[in-house]
Amino acid sequence: MSLKAFHIVFVAASVILMAFLSGWSFLAYQETHSTEYLVWSLCAASSVVGLVIYGRFFLRKLRNISFL
Amino acid sequence: MEIPYTHTPRPDTGLYNAKVGIWLFLASEIMLFGALFSAYILLRVSAPVGFWPDVALAWPRGLLNIPIGTFNTAVLITSSVTVVLAWAALKMNNFARFRVYMVITVLCAFAFLGIKSFEYNDKFSHYVIRLQDGKALTGHIEVDGKHPRFWNFSDQWSVAKLTEQKVAKIKVEVDPARDINGHPKKGASHQHEVREVAVSDIVSMGSYTPATHPFFAVYFLITALHGLHVLGGALVLGYFAFPGAKMWKSNPEQFINRIEVGGLFWHFVDLVWIFLFPVVYLL
Repeated sequence: MSLKAFHIVFVAASVILMAFLSGWSFLAYQETHSTEYLVWSLCAASSVVGLVIYGRFFLRKLRNISFL
Repeated sequence: MEIPYTHTPRPDTGLYNAKVGIWLFLASEIMLFGALFSAYILLRVSAPVGFWPDVALAWPRGLLNIPIGTFNTAVLITSSVTVVLAWAALKMNNFARFRVYMVITVLCAFAFLGIKSFEYNDKFSHYVIRLQDGKALTGHIEVDGKHPRFWNFSDQWSVAKLTEQKVAKIKVEVDPARDINGHPKKGASHQHEVREVAVSDIVSMGSYTPATHPFFAVYFLITALHGLHVLGGALVLGYFAFPGAKMWKSNPEQFINRIEVGGLFWHFVDLVWIFLFPVVYLL
C-alpha cells in the first residue's frame, strides 16, 4: 500500500472520528444544555465536511500516482 | 555489490525493499498497540461496579481536557497532510516546497509533544482526596504555600508523608462537581473553590499518576509510548529535511522512497492517536 492509499485510509478514519466527536458532543449538549458542547458539536461536524472536501482534492491532485 | 530493488520495484511483489520492510515493522507495531488497547478495554469492562467510574466522583471520567486533546488531534491530522504533500512535492520535482512541508510536519510534532507535556504536568499535580466522612474531593493542592510539580518526583504527597512532615492542613482547589458521565453538573459553578482540609480528616490521597488508578497506568503507558513514536518520527523526518536531503542530488528515486517510508510510519503514529483520543478522552 502506498502513502497515497494510506493517506486516504487516514482521512477516512479522521472523518469517522470527527463524526463521532460531533455526535458525542451533541449528546452531552442534550444532557447538560451547555452551549459549549453545542459549539463543539458544530465545529466537529464542519471539520467532517472540510475533511471530505480535502480528501476529494487530494485524490484529484495525485490521480497519476499508484495506490500500490 | 549493489543491493537490488532499493528504488525499483521487485517484479514479483511490485514493491521496493523498504516498503515491504516498513509494512512488516508496522504489523509488529499494530500488535504492540493492539495489546495495550486490549489491556485497557479488559481492565475497564471487568472493573467492579462503582470503581470505574466511581459512583461518588464519576472518577476517572471527564478528567482529561477534551479541547486540548481535540487541538492535539487537529495538530496531528495537519502533520499527516503536510507529510504527504512533502512527498507529493518531491514527486513533482519541487524540492523547495518539500522542505517547507517537512519543516511544518516537524513543528507540528514538537507542538504535539509540548501540549502533551503541559497535560502531564497538570495530571501529576492533580489529586484525589478521600475523607473520613466518606466524601471525596479532586483538585490541585497547595502544601505550605507550594504546588507540587511533575518534574520533581519527590514532590508527590501522601497522607503518610504529610503526617511525617507535620503538615496539619492543606489547601485544595476543588474541581467543579461532575455527573456520572464526567460532564459538569447542571447549574454547577465552573469556579474552583479553595478549601482548607485538615490532614487528620484525610483517609487517603493520591496524584493522577499510575499508582493511583488503573486508568492512569494505561493512559500514561500508551500516551508516553505514542509520544516516543512521535519524537522518533520527528527526528527521522527532520533528518530527511536537512542533513539527509543530500541524497536528492545523488539518487532522487531512492530519496523519494525514503520519504514515502517515513510518511507511512508517520501516518501509522497519527492513526494510533485517532483511536487513542476517543478511547481515553471521550468514553
